Amino acid sequence: MKSANTRNASRAPANHNRRRFMVGAAGFTFGVAVGAPALQLLVAGEAAAAIGSIKLNHWVTVFTDGTVAIMSPAAEMGQGSLTSLPVILADEMDADWSKVRIVAAPPNDKIYGNPAFRYLQYTAGSATVTGYFNNLRQFGAQVRYVLLDNAARRWGVPLAEVRSEPGYAVHVETGRRLSYGEIAAFAKVPAQAPEVVVDPVGKAEFRLIGRDLPRVDVAGKVNGTAQYSIDVQVPGMVYGAILREPMEGALPEKIDDSDARAIEGVLQIVPLKYGVGVVAQNPWAAFKGKKALKVIWSRKATGWGFSNDKGYARFAAVAKDQNVKGVAWETKGDTAGGFAKATTVVEGEYRADYAYHAQMEPLNSVAALSADGCEIWCGTQSQTVAVTAVAQALGIAEDKVKFNGMLLGGGFGRRGNRDVEFIVDSVLMAKAAGKPVKVIWTREDDVHNGRFRPLYVNRIRAGIDDKGKIVAWHHRVVSDRVLAFMDPVRYKTANGRDNIAMRGTELPTYDIPHRLAEGLQQDTGIRTAPLRAIGVGQNSFANEVFMDEIAAKLGVDPVRYRLQQLSGTPLAKRARYVIEEVANMADWGRKRQERGLGIAYLDYSGTQLAGVAEVSLSRDGRIRVHDFWCVIDCGVAVQPDNIIAQTQSSIVYGLGLALTERIDIVDGAVKQSNFYDYHVPRMRDIPNMHIKLVQTKNHPTGAGQMATPLVPSAIANALFQLTGVRLRQQPLLPERVLHAMAEAGVSIA
Amino acid sequence: MSNTITVALTVNGTRRTVTASSDTPLLWVLREDLKLTGTKFGCGVGQCGACTVHLNGEPTQSCLYALKDVAEKQITTIEGLSPDTSHPLQKAWLAEQVPQCGYCQSGQIMRAAGLLKQNPRPTREQIVEYMSPNICRCGTYVRIARAIERAAGEMQS
Repeated sequence: MKSANTRNASRAPANHNRRRFMVGAAGFTFGVAVGAPALQLLVAGEAAAAIGSIKLNHWVTVFTDGTVAIMSPAAEMGQGSLTSLPVILADEMDADWSKVRIVAAPPNDKIYGNPAFRYLQYTAGSATVTGYFNNLRQFGAQVRYVLLDNAARRWGVPLAEVRSEPGYAVHVETGRRLSYGEIAAFAKVPAQAPEVVVDPVGKAEFRLIGRDLPRVDVAGKVNGTAQYSIDVQVPGMVYGAILREPMEGALPEKIDDSDARAIEGVLQIVPLKYGVGVVAQNPWAAFKGKKALKVIWSRKATGWGFSNDKGYARFAAVAKDQNVKGVAWETKGDTAGGFAKATTVVEGEYRADYAYHAQMEPLNSVAALSADGCEIWCGTQSQTVAVTAVAQALGIAEDKVKFNGMLLGGGFGRRGNRDVEFIVDSVLMAKAAGKPVKVIWTREDDVHNGRFRPLYVNRIRAGIDDKGKIVAWHHRVVSDRVLAFMDPVRYKTANGRDNIAMRGTELPTYDIPHRLAEGLQQDTGIRTAPLRAIGVGQNSFANEVFMDEIAAKLGVDPVRYRLQQLSGTPLAKRARYVIEEVANMADWGRKRQERGLGIAYLDYSGTQLAGVAEVSLSRDGRIRVHDFWCVIDCGVAVQPDNIIAQTQSSIVYGLGLALTERIDIVDGAVKQSNFYDYHVPRMRDIPNMHIKLVQTKNHPTGAGQMATPLVPSAIANALFQLTGVRLRQQPLLPERVLHAMAEAGVSIA
Repeated sequence: MSNTITVALTVNGTRRTVTASSDTPLLWVLREDLKLTGTKFGCGVGQCGACTVHLNGEPTQSCLYALKDVAEKQITTIEGLSPDTSHPLQKAWLAEQVPQCGYCQSGQIMRAAGLLKQNPRPTREQIVEYMSPNICRCGTYVRIARAIERAAGEMQS
């Protein structure tokens, strides 16, 4: 720790160009108005009115009463980054956290975009802290520099003699102090932000980063005051429900709305390109009206006739046919040459069903149109994507769209699609109704109109040398296309590479010299989206079950085998630590009565994790997970307890995907409807979770979903240890377990 | 023929009169007519518990009760659990930093309040069994259980 709790000002402007960190940083100015009312106006997006003609800093406003308002560009869906991002900035500016007020940033890619998404303001991929980290530190350092510089000038002392304490500039020799609020009253702010050197992350000492600060969104979530878009009420508002096409492109050909119109409270039927809307006085009438609609859909859509079985047949054939070339996702060395050197070649095929997000808040939005513009209230993973989609739907300029970002009752990837159809819904309905409309999807709508994690067939071949080392690896991933459907704009610049489907096939820490991962994404007409852990959820399942199969084939302990395959890079050393540590925690070597243990390891975008599951099996084929151990190293832990919470959350989510969650497509449409036939984990289903967070001084990497892929693979591997039977398809349903055991001639003890 | 009825009920200690279609679920009456939006819509079929309120003191899924069936009943919603977020469960929820997306948490807290009313000192197993009708998709279950134990402890002392 620093002596006297101060930070010196010696980190002077740098000579080298840090302009790439400076987006939005130029021209910062401090507010002169004081107190809470001004802050309220700032929160309400009326900064100009509050502070007269003074131009605001894009990220920080310091009020003369000491309040520090910090913009947070992230959408809050439970992952905590609404709080984490301001923590990073506040740490470097040495703000007094008790004086910090967090303000949701308005839509603006240029200023608030995530560098990890090429400056798209998009909260996804567990990429928020990692993506914004350097910029926010740099910007916080700039604010601190200007504050201290102003204090130095006022005191007539060299800047080097001025230090900071949280919320204060201090001249140590004379003991003089000025609070940031006092400085704000007279501060002169340079037109161009200074460039300031920050300590590299490995050497930096943090005051706020690494502490468990309460998340700002939590208080309202225990007394009913937290506001989600479904809670919004505006004067004159009516309600909407939409019967949507059963699959993409099946247009309403014939509409019989006579029964719907007869329902009390139904105001209007709105034919839409993709379905039929019902406007009503209240949600219940809207739902009843929707249910009473009779619609015949056009048979032109690609999805007609499709089913999971047809998908598996088609995908498996593509996966197997080496003449069908895919798009290379990762290539290293010379795969063909590598296989030529191998003494043994093993092969495995892995599958996964469609899976559904099941965020607790069914999709919804509110829109109100005026003469020349539109106001929307919504929960979205991208503020700017929402604004663009609404402007395009109405044919108006983006600056005519007023955006109100609400808390998300869960996201998990469902609310970041480029067309944000659940937001455009209310806009089109409000236009038709001539009144503000809140469109609410029922749970059944949310399932039937779901955009799923795709169906997968993964085929991996590995070449092994006479020492048991893997020398070549060829992974073919056949799935529904995701990126092309969920974000055609990003897909255009992706050269056919579907990062949502393919992520997780790369193996940066295993020392395999010759590797090829190929993407063979198919257009089946089925709606898809990123779903928590995206492609990693299935690709890592394939990798880690296959790895276990190779170890078993060679007669090597699966933990030891993984350790043997790791390279010697710094990243692989972190991998080694998490694997060894999780094995220790689980007491890996100890055999259990009627229980099996299974391990899985994962590099997820730089975050190192390993998990061990302890399972038993009942006679009806149901797997019970009793304990789950997990070690996670995501570098610098900005909010450690929140990382633990996110890891618990990821494990529970992975448990559902592993054991029960599946969507069936029948003749192109979704078979499941609600939580009675799509089973997500409940409290009675969850194992004892033992999580260890390893805090290392590396650039922070993702934490919001990383443990999810460990769960199905660790469970499948544990089932193998228990029974000797391999399951190669998610979810590990009881009937699949029983079928595999019958085929292997194994009976349940 | 109109199905609209006018019904009187007591919500959070205040007598309210509502005019709506007789089959309207209590959930929507609370949310849209009475503007008590802390009670959430999750599934509409009694599967998730996001809409849990107390009906004459009992934790009840408000999506399953039609307006015609709640005349003269006493309803408590999350807004009525305490005037100032001071209920031991609410304090425990903050101490354990339970909520993530938070959408299910009103229902979780109302169900937990029902549990502690009938069983002030539940075991972990009793908590797990009693709370299993309520889904939390963020998987905050461990913290919910811990918060209930913490609140139970505080209410005893």
